[in-house]
Amino acid sequence: MEKATLQDKDFEKLTPQPFGKLGMWWIAILLVFCAAGLVGYIRQLKYGLSVTGLRDYASWGIYISNFVFFVAISLVGSLITAILRLTKATWSTPLTRIAEIISVSAILFASVIIVVDMGRPDRFLNLFIYGRLQSPILWDVIVISTYLVLSLLLLYFPLLPDLGILMKRAKDKDSRLMKFYRLLGKFWINSPEQIRIKERSVNMLSVTIIPVALAIHTITSWLFATTYRPGWDSTNFGAYFVSGAFLVGAGGMVVAMYAVRKAYHLESFITEKHFNQMGKLLVMLSLLYLYFNINEYLVPAFKMKKYEADHLLDLFTGKFSLIFWPVILIAMVIPVIVLLFPAGRKPLPMFLVGISVVVGAWFKRFLIVTPTLLHPFLPMADVPDSYKHYFPTWEECAITIGSLAGAMLLITLFIRVFPIIPIDEVLISLHKENETLSAE
Amino acid sequence: MNNHSEINRRSFFGKVGSGELNPFKDSQEEAVEETGELVKLLSVDGYLIEIDKAYLKPVPELPLVTSDEARKGIEGKQFVMVIDLSRCKNLKKCQSACNKMHWVGEGQNWIKVYSMQDAEHTAPYWQPTNCMHCDEPPCVKVCPVDATFKRQDGIVLIDNERCIGCRFCMAACPYSTRVFNWEKPVIPKESIDQSYSPETSCPPKIGTVGKCDFCPDMVRNNQLPHCVSACPNGVFFFGDMNEDAVTNGSETVRFSELVRDKSGYRLMEDLGTKPRVYYLPPVNRLFRYEEGLKK
Repeated sequence: MEKATLQDKDFEKLTPQPFGKLGMWWIAILLVFCAAGLVGYIRQLKYGLSVTGLRDYASWGIYISNFVFFVAISLVGSLITAILRLTKATWSTPLTRIAEIISVSAILFASVIIVVDMGRPDRFLNLFIYGRLQSPILWDVIVISTYLVLSLLLLYFPLLPDLGILMKRAKDKDSRLMKFYRLLGKFWINSPEQIRIKERSVNMLSVTIIPVALAIHTITSWLFATTYRPGWDSTNFGAYFVSGAFLVGAGGMVVAMYAVRKAYHLESFITEKHFNQMGKLLVMLSLLYLYFNINEYLVPAFKMKKYEADHLLDLFTGKFSLIFWPVILIAMVIPVIVLLFPAGRKPLPMFLVGISVVVGAWFKRFLIVTPTLLHPFLPMADVPDSYKHYFPTWEECAITIGSLAGAMLLITLFIRVFPIIPIDEVLISLHKENETLSAE
Repeated sequence: MNNHSEINRRSFFGKVGSGELNPFKDSQEEAVEETGELVKLLSVDGYLIEIDKAYLKPVPELPLVTSDEARKGIEGKQFVMVIDLSRCKNLKKCQSACNKMHWVGEGQNWIKVYSMQDAEHTAPYWQPTNCMHCDEPPCVKVCPVDATFKRQDGIVLIDNERCIGCRFCMAACPYSTRVFNWEKPVIPKESIDQSYSPETSCPPKIGTVGKCDFCPDMVRNNQLPHCVSACPNGVFFFGDMNEDAVTNGSETVRFSELVRDKSGYRLMEDLGTKPRVYYLPPVNRLFRYEEGLKK
C-alpha cells in the first residue's frame, strides 16, 4: 500500500474542511430560504391548504411537481453507484458519494413535501393504520421507504473504512467530529474479513437497488397513469418517468460535481475526464428522454382525440406553451447539441448544461402534473373564476423553494462532516494503478 | 434561566395539546372552566364515573347509525338515480338545496349544472351532474386509507374522520364531482354540536374531500334526497333497483321501463366505471335550452 498513499496535501483536501466565507454565505442563504418555507408552512397549518393556489380542478400543483422532481433526481444514486459499478465503469468511483448523498436528501425531502401536500398531515399515521394495498400511494410509500433504507446503507458501508482512516490521522482525537465518527464506525478495524463483508454487501445492495429505483419512478408515474385523464392515461408513463429521472439525476450530479470540485479544490480527484464521461452519459440520456417525449406527445397528437386535443393544444400553442417549448429546449435539445462537442464537455459548460437540465426538469414535472388537471372531461363550470386557473401563492413557492434549499443544506452539511470523495476507494484504485505500473 | 424556558416550553405544548394552536381541532372541543361541582354518571361501558358539572352538555343530535353501519349500508337496497334532461332548465334549485343541507363551501357545488353541446351542430342542453356512485368507482380504487368506500346498497361515501386529504380521488374521478375543504368550513351556529356521520357528510372538516352522498340519512327516514325534492320540474328520480321503482316525489315509475322506454344512458360508459346515475336524453323537452340562460 505504501506506494499508493496519497500526498499529505491531497489528504488534506479529502478530509472535511470547515466552511470558508463563501460557505458561510451559502449556508446563510439556504437557511433564509428554509426559514421562509417554514413561515409558509406554519401559515398553511393555520389556515389549511386555502393558502395555496390549489383549488378543486387544479388540486395538485407545485408540491406534487416538486415531489416528482425529488423522486426523479434521487435516481442518480443508483445510476452512479449501482449501474456504473456493476458495469465495471470504475471511472465513476470518486463520484459515488456525491451521488448517494443527493439521493438520500432528495428522497427525504420528497417525503417532506408529500406530507406538506396532505390536507390532514395530522392523520399521516392513517396510512399505516388503515393502509390499503390496492392504492398506488401505498405502493409508493413502501417502495420509497425501501429505497431510502438501501440508499442510506449504500452511503454508510463505503464510509466505514474512510472513518477509520480519518480517525487514525486525526490530530485531535477527542474533537466532537471524532467522537461522532467513533459512534458511527468504532467497530471498523479494517480486517480482511470486514473488508470482504463490506464489499459483498455493497455489491448485493447495488444489485437490489436497481429494481427498487426503477420501481419508485414507475410507481410514481402510476399515481398519474392509473387515472383516466388526458395526458396521464398512458402506458408509456413508467418508462417515460424512469428515463426522465435518469436525465435529471445525471444533470444534478454534474452540477454537484462542479460545485464540490470548485469549493474544495478537488481538481485532482474530480477530473476533466469525469466531466467528459458524464457529458457523454447526458447526451445519451437526453436523447432517451426525448424519445419518450416524442412517444408521449406525438402519438396522441397524430390522432387528436377530443379530450387529448384540448390538453395537447394548450401545451403546444396555448397558455402552457411558454413553458412547454423552453423545457423541451433547455432540458433535452440544448444538452445534446452542446455536449456533442468535446469543448462542451469541459467543466464550466457542463455545469451550465447541468443547471439547465435540472431547471428544465423541474418545470417539466409541473407540465406533467397541472395542465392535465385543468382539462377535465366535463367542462369547468359552476365554480368561481379563480378555480379555472392555477398560479402558486407565495406560501406555496416559499415552501417549495424551502424544500429545495433544505435538500441542498443537507448535502452541504454532509460534506462538512464526511469526506465527499471516498478516500478508501480512491486509495484502492491508486493501488491498482501502481500494480499495473510495476507489472509493466 | 433553564427553569424559565422549561415553563415556556410547557405552556407552549399545553397550548398545542389543548387545541389553541391546533387548526385541525374541532371548535366544539373547546376547553370549559370547571365549577368544582361533581356529578355521578353511568358511563357507556358500565362504570360509575364522576365528572365536573361544567362538562355536562345537552346531547347533540346523534347520527342515526354508527360509523361501522354507515360503512355497510342499508341491507337489501340498490340505490339508483335517473336524471331526465328533457325537464331541466338550469334552475339550480337542486344545487342550492344540496349546498344548504350539506354546508358545502363557498363557491363549491356537489351538483353542477353543465351547459352541454356534444358537437357543433347538435342541440345544447342542461346537464345536472352529481356523484355517479359508480359500481367500479375509480376514487375508491385509489384511496390509500379506505376513507372513501363503496357500500352494499351501492352508495359511495367518504369518512371525513379518516380522509388524509391527498386528493388522489379527485384526480381519479372523471366526473369532477369531488370538492375539497380548502379552509375551515363555516358551520351554522345552530348545528355546531351536531356529531359527524359519513351518512350526513356533516359537519364538513377542513383538509378533507366532500361530494354528493345520495343523502342516505334522508333515505333512512323514508325521505328523498334534497335535490330530488327541491326540483320543481321533477328532473331527478331516486329509487331502489331491487324494487325496480324510482320516484321524483310526484311520479313513481318502474326504473327498468323508464330507462328502456326513454333510452336511458350513463355518462362516459367507455371508461368502465358503471355509474348508478342514468340520464334520459333531452328529447321532447319541457323547456327550450335558452330558457335556462335567463337568470
